[in-house]
Amino acid sequence: MKKLIPIIQLKPSVEQAKNRAIKVTEKTFDISNKASGFFQEVANMFLFAAQTFKATFSRDFEFKEFLRQCYQIGNKSLPLISVTGIIIGLVLAIQSRPTLMNFGAVTMLPGMVAVSLIREMGPVITALICAGKIGSGMGAELGSMKVTEQIDAMEVSSTNPMRFLVVTRVLAATLMIPLLVLYADALGLIGSWAGANIKGDVTFILYCRQALSHVHFMDFLPAVIKTFVFGAIIGLVGCYKGYNAGRGTESVGKAANSAVVLASLLVIMVDLVAVQITDML
Amino acid sequence: MDTTKTAIADSSYVKTKKLVIDVKNLKKSFGTQKVLQKISMQLFDGENLVVLGKSGSGKSVLVKCIIRLLEADGGSIDILGENVDRLHQDGLMEIRKKIGFLFQSGALYDSMTVRENLEFPLTRIKKDLTRAAVNEKVKEALENVGLYDAIDKMPAQLSGGMRKRISLARTIVLDPMIMLYDEPTTGLDPITSDEISILIKDIQQKYKTSSIIITHDIACARSTANRVVMLHEGQIYQEGSLESFEKSEDMFIKSFFK
Ligand SMILES: Nc1ncnc2c1ncn2[C@@H]1O[C@H](COP(=O)(O)OP(=O)(O)OP(=O)(O)O)[C@@H](O)[C@H]1O
Ligand SMILES: [Mg+2]
Repeated sequence: MKKLIPIIQLKPSVEQAKNRAIKVTEKTFDISNKASGFFQEVANMFLFAAQTFKATFSRDFEFKEFLRQCYQIGNKSLPLISVTGIIIGLVLAIQSRPTLMNFGAVTMLPGMVAVSLIREMGPVITALICAGKIGSGMGAELGSMKVTEQIDAMEVSSTNPMRFLVVTRVLAATLMIPLLVLYADALGLIGSWAGANIKGDVTFILYCRQALSHVHFMDFLPAVIKTFVFGAIIGLVGCYKGYNAGRGTESVGKAANSAVVLASLLVIMVDLVAVQITDML
Repeated sequence: MDTTKTAIADSSYVKTKKLVIDVKNLKKSFGTQKVLQKISMQLFDGENLVVLGKSGSGKSVLVKCIIRLLEADGGSIDILGENVDRLHQDGLMEIRKKIGFLFQSGALYDSMTVRENLEFPLTRIKKDLTRAAVNEKVKEALENVGLYDAIDKMPAQLSGGMRKRISLARTIVLDPMIMLYDEPTTGLDPITSDEISILIKDIQQKYKTSSIIITHDIACARSTANRVVMLHEGQIYQEGSLESFEKSEDMFIKSFFK
């Protein structure tokens, strides 16, 4: 006689329950490990930022390398930002037009588009693009320098790699990203003029005058301040991830990838905080 | 241990020469892996010390600890009479200016041309050199490794052996007091290897440098060594003159020198 194999066990045995309990505990530990790993990472990043800050204000600023980095950042991201800027402006204008028409407020269009571009869309979208383009580039470049011992080579030729590689890149990003945002804002405005004006009855000058009359200084200032923070974040995260890449080539890819993820996440989170603060003012 | 003592007593360096690098009881582990356990060794003024050892025996880790690219877990390191264990950044930089380090991997800067690779450490360590003097030194160093033609190439355009030689040129261009060569001839053909060995000897004689030469290449060891140290399982296995190694009856050493 064949033994019958129970297909569905109604009552789980003690053994199974135990196993399940162990699994659950393991999972919990796994999660708590991951969480503590995350906080450790954040702590390390603050330490890295502090070191960078300290190195920034020591003597021997690497001016040549700083200029080279500024050029690199601009050069790398300008085409992408140009295209995106124009399209964002265009889309904003085309999208809001029907709604505004319903309210009979089409004359508000230039002002509304300008405010949303300058306050939110320009800074955040530019920062996200730069997190992808520049953050990953820095992560990969420093990561491969780390893996192939180029950073060590710098250290033994009595050059402080923090000063030469990290400070220059972080400062370049902090300076260039606000400039790129302004550039994206300007192109967005052009795009929105084109979008609002398909019939072609308002000149660009007039459109700009209408748009910018709605933009107050207090729209502009917080937005600019936050772009500096975005720039610093992108530079710091990219450099941190690259500088702390592990051994072996696969860690270069990891560094680049996690630089983009973390930088984008932080940009969004800082934006949330910035909006709250601006709201209170 | 006895053999070690007699070997040192044999060599003529002990009484006449002063200590350049003094490593005492150096320990280094990575996680649970004990790479170096109680290493003690000395480098004397003007000598070429060859360090032999199997792959993975911790030779690169040893020289990286000496120049403090890796932090040792225990023991002490004196360079030119100064204890470097607790030196801060600035003091460390001063000591490092006197030391040339050839990386096993070459470690050329990918984003710079060969010329810029050589100029980078040169203009930073010797800040008072004129433009003409820098050019002259770069030219001389590249000619020494037979690669002056490659001066305007990028590292990516060079073969593995060429990169190694450029990297050597980048180290010797500084004419430092102390040289740490991590496998200077690995991956090179026999003819170039011989040339590099001769170059290492020339540098020793011309600039009176003291060098640690890590190598598997017995031909290189034969032509450069004044004294040999063998590393095995994280410890100094034997130390002595090259002849004492060649005559050794020890199976492990024999397998190196066959
Ligand atoms: N940064 C590091 N992190 C973890 N382990 C390391 C590190 N550097 C070296 N090791 C380990 O230390 C051991 C010794 O490495 P080392 O590079 O010194 O060997 P080696 O004697 O130079 O060998 P080879 O002749 O192949 O160059 C290896 O097992 C290696 O895995
Ligand atoms: Mg090695």
